[in-house]
Amino acid sequence: MSATPRSVILFESVTAAFMAEKVLKAEGIAYKIIPVPRYLSSECGVCVRIDEADAARARAVLEGRVAVADILPLRHEGP
Amino acid sequence: MGEELVYLDNAASSWPKPEPVVRAVERMVREVGANPGRSGHRLSVEAARAITEARCAMAGLLGASNPLRVVFTKNATEALNMAIRGLLRPGDRVVVSSMEHNSVMRPLMAERGRGVEVEVVRCSPEGRLDPDDVKRALKRRTRLVIHVHASNVSGCVTPAAEIGRIAREHGAFYCVDAAQSAGCLPIDVERMNVDLLAFTGHKSLYGPQGTGGLYVAEGVDAHLQPLMAGGTGSLSEREEQPAFMPDRYESGTPNTPGIAGLLEGVTFVASLGVDTIRRHETSLAALLMDALSEIPGVRVVGPTDRESRVAIVSIVVAGMDPGEIAYRLDEDHGVLCRPGLHCAPSAHATLATFPAGTLRFSIGYFNTEEHIHRAVSALKSIVAKGG
Repeated sequence: MSATPRSVILFESVTAAFMAEKVLKAEGIAYKIIPVPRYLSSECGVCVRIDEADAARARAVLEGRVAVADILPLRHEGP
Repeated sequence: MGEELVYLDNAASSWPKPEPVVRAVERMVREVGANPGRSGHRLSVEAARAITEARCAMAGLLGASNPLRVVFTKNATEALNMAIRGLLRPGDRVVVSSMEHNSVMRPLMAERGRGVEVEVVRCSPEGRLDPDDVKRALKRRTRLVIHVHASNVSGCVTPAAEIGRIAREHGAFYCVDAAQSAGCLPIDVERMNVDLLAFTGHKSLYGPQGTGGLYVAEGVDAHLQPLMAGGTGSLSEREEQPAFMPDRYESGTPNTPGIAGLLEGVTFVASLGVDTIRRHETSLAALLMDALSEIPGVRVVGPTDRESRVAIVSIVVAGMDPGEIAYRLDEDHGVLCRPGLHCAPSAHATLATFPAGTLRFSIGYFNTEEHIHRAVSALKSIVAKGG
């Protein structure tokens, strides 16, 4: 189990989440697409998990390219 | 017969498909299968990735800078219905050309029954739409200008950029039916002022049947009522349809295997280049038109110059029924084409080929000079025997 603090990027649509994946991949930011944790209110069923340390950079590279609903710290170790 | 079939019915559906298209469909059914993006597990993620890549590839081919403006549908007909029936309200006026397919004319006639005024701008006997005639029709306030980019009967290409500019100047929405042009004619929706563009996946994009889509320009969605509502994998806690793109117009599980195949078709087109495809098809069409014109009793309909047409060549043969010729071409010579009215009675009336219709040969990238020679020699022998 990694103790690295994580964040999740939330989107309004599934399509936006996968558009964001393309951007993050191209920018070399490590990510994983996961189902939205139940405690978070999200508009779509999947979100993108990243290291919290990359959150500011992720926000910057997605700016103007993919609409982000929110970027929030992930509270627990999962999925 | 033993001989290779000569398939000249690509305007109905292109065949064969590039091998990666076939493999992508099979792989999506066999190895992926899941519902795209809905569930978040690895197979669902992979399915959603394929659809996103297809959306991006399609946007790239159409010159749309935002892939979210591309909505997938099951075909161009569905896309045209979404555009026409989603945009028009009783009391609206629409300007349309006389060269339209029934996928435009029938939804328009249904709207006419609900109080929409439909003005049909008559095209020339070659099937050309004169931009000045469109301008004249737009003297009265009009909600929508819609026309076919390339005729499925005469192959005639409409000067879309010019008509787009005229529609914009007159404050009308502009919708293009690109069923016969997307993939074989250059398209740039932003430069051409296109508000709505319907495409099909299974013709010049070399994808499977059951794929197509509608490009919806920025801001147009506010005026375009969705025809369907349902699950989108987004806003699941609410019972109202999402307002954002593309979910506003994409309800229910999509045709993921088809769209995965379409991605490979669009990749095939993009890697060759639309210009290369057009050059190849146009040179074969010219070869065919020249050879057909030399057969006594044969008349080629539509424009004579290459630049005004896509690789669709319709003919009439004096004293002979197109259906009978098509049957003989298939049965005796293995040459496959399409006779009749091609779901476009108004276009045939314009070209003076109604109600008998024409015999249509439509060329694709996989056709060769040998195919053209075989088709011509088969037709010569049938015509020589007479009707």
